[in-house]
Amino acid sequence: MRELSDFNMSSLKRKDLLDIQSLSVEEILLICRSAKYFKDIFTRSVKSVPILRGKSVCTLFYEPSTRTKLSFDLAAKRLSADLINFSVSTSSVVKGESLIDTVHTLEAMKVDYIVMRHAASMAPHFLSRNIKASVINAGDGFHAHPTQGLLDSYSIMERRGSLEGGSMEGLHIGIIGDIKHSRVARSDIEAFKKLGARVTLCGPPTLVPDAFEHYGVEISYNLDALLPQLDVINLLRIQKERQKGSLFPSLREYHRQFALTDERYRRCRDDVIIMHPGPVNRGIEIDDAVMSSPKTIINEQVTNGVAVRMAIFYLLAGGAPLEEMSEERGSLENSN
Amino acid sequence: MKIVIKNGRVIDPASRTDDTLDILIEDDSIADISRGISVRDGYGVIDAGGCLVLPGLIDMHVHFREPGREDVETIYSGSKVAAKGGFTSVCTMPNTDPVIDNQALVRFIKLEAEKGPINVFPAATITKGMKGEEISEMGELIGAGAVGFTDDGLPVMSSILMRRALEYSRMFDVPIITHSEDLELTDDGIMNEGKNSMLLGLKGIPREAEEVMIARDVILTRLAGGRLHVAHVSSGGSVEIIRRAKSDGIRVTCETAPHYFSLTDDAVAEYLSMAKMKPPLRTENDRKAIIEGLKRGIIDVIASDHAPHSPNEKMQELEYAPFGIVGLETTVPLIITVLVKENGFSYFEAFEKVTINPARVLKIERGELKIGSIADVTIIDPEKKVRIDESFMLSKCKNSPFMGKELSGSVEYTICNGNVVYSNK
Repeated sequence: MRELSDFNMSSLKRKDLLDIQSLSVEEILLICRSAKYFKDIFTRSVKSVPILRGKSVCTLFYEPSTRTKLSFDLAAKRLSADLINFSVSTSSVVKGESLIDTVHTLEAMKVDYIVMRHAASMAPHFLSRNIKASVINAGDGFHAHPTQGLLDSYSIMERRGSLEGGSMEGLHIGIIGDIKHSRVARSDIEAFKKLGARVTLCGPPTLVPDAFEHYGVEISYNLDALLPQLDVINLLRIQKERQKGSLFPSLREYHRQFALTDERYRRCRDDVIIMHPGPVNRGIEIDDAVMSSPKTIINEQVTNGVAVRMAIFYLLAGGAPLEEMSEERGSLENSN
Repeated sequence: MKIVIKNGRVIDPASRTDDTLDILIEDDSIADISRGISVRDGYGVIDAGGCLVLPGLIDMHVHFREPGREDVETIYSGSKVAAKGGFTSVCTMPNTDPVIDNQALVRFIKLEAEKGPINVFPAATITKGMKGEEISEMGELIGAGAVGFTDDGLPVMSSILMRRALEYSRMFDVPIITHSEDLELTDDGIMNEGKNSMLLGLKGIPREAEEVMIARDVILTRLAGGRLHVAHVSSGGSVEIIRRAKSDGIRVTCETAPHYFSLTDDAVAEYLSMAKMKPPLRTENDRKAIIEGLKRGIIDVIASDHAPHSPNEKMQELEYAPFGIVGLETTVPLIITVLVKENGFSYFEAFEKVTINPARVLKIERGELKIGSIADVTIIDPEKKVRIDESFMLSKCKNSPFMGKELSGSVEYTICNGNVVYSNK
């Protein structure tokens, strides 16, 4: 395989990873190609490398999360970082400590990386301006979920064999569902557009505001007409409570209009890729039978998520020389 | 005490005076305005060469937070800030804690103001407790010193109550000052709805939340009579609604704030909570429409909406931080820099908005320079640069998106009731 040193860049020249918007195409590709390297590592028998030995990572989750947090935890551990978790239910946040005070506490403890999830959009940006540690955004409000955008880009390019070429030219990607309230949608759109894909958003107008046209995407309210054109179908999770705000009349009607049903699945292209960031509402966005189809890469996305997050830690750390890393890996393998 | 202001360019929008003149102040009033006033023994002399000599400026929309939040501003501290900003008169908003809805509280504000350097004209609430249920005792409140009525911070959502307030106010000829916002359309939004709110994933406040209510309020004024004054107009659509209402003969006036002619919602990503206020910063088209509205006199008044918040409150996640920025110290430099220098406003066009126009809306005997009038005078060096930073800002709170900016227009002297209450020397 290609070594990381083959690329023009060997590290991200930035302190934080906050959103896709601020990343260059080159940076996105650097992360994706580095992720390939790490995926190769941990899909073998020895899963850990000592790249972040002596560094500490704190996951700071102000909003419940299972998969994203687990994925970051695993990524940090596989890089041999010291990992601490700070979650709302067990922390002083319930005592009313402000974000800025919590963060100053963490800084005083000399944490190197803060992985942050927060219900308020732009919270990681606010944090990053007030702390020396690297801030990695694990999802903020409706704003951004950059590691998801990166892992989705990686997953598509890996599946299509276009990781080397590093482009999504010629691909038509549909993102279906609640676009308005989705940080995944925003980060996916930004990444896919930067990589050259054609993107169409599909859902009811209440959940797909016209403002999204600023991204240079198309908007459709008719999934049946759109479906046969799509190379990639990315389904988003419907938050059931949105119905109360009259954004759609019922889950039944949503399913009728926008779910990837078995019947619709049969009208998709043969080489279609079906994705979902999880957790899935079976029977609402996607039918059971479609979940288990070989075209559905939902579990592969989860695997890739760990690799992408390892790559991000590694690249933010300054990207250690590869030969050294390979040697250390070799010695680890030998010692086992 | 006699003071002579020498060699200044006297600008009085009310009398359309623009000339190099001297002004003689005797005790608390203006004794003479003419050329070459001779200085006698014991006269104080201010050399205003190169400066504008204006009627004491009026800011008809400030939040001094007292009673209730004396930690962020008081009537006294706010008055000091106002004097530094060139203002000799302010109208305080009544959304304090408790709200200003009875005569004792109006008298309290007047009493506190006596300790400070400038004139404070309190507004009282339209509705008791600002609950939007029953109208306040307007007659009693006016008797105690209230000059207008507003539930600012909140709209009067009930149309029938708004109608009654306008009707009842007719016998006093006082302005009903509206915070025009349809709260249901705002729907917990925190910035202007549009491209930027979409990109930042922040809940948007559509301009229509403001425009719908302004339209309702001008239509209700047509029905009920009374005098409507629309606070903090931020959108081009609102300007158009008010233009039409005025041309229909409806008694409506309105104000905008300096941030609406200086910034757009592009500022939110950069300044975060320092660019969070209600109504929110809009787009470049709106900013241009606000400037045009000011130029054409559709917008009558510029008021700062000075809204201090503690650093703790503002240094939070954008969504949790309160709405509002301080403004008393940046109004003059922004008027000079943005309106006069960048957009070619005459000094009359610019400064009538902070002198005679708000005085007429509030029916206060201020805002003009004439022999016999109260000696409220503001002296500004329009060419002198000011740097807006921690040391420049006197306000107890520094929540301003203009921090770090260098602007033109420095307040050199503020004279209130014949006393020099601020000097930059």
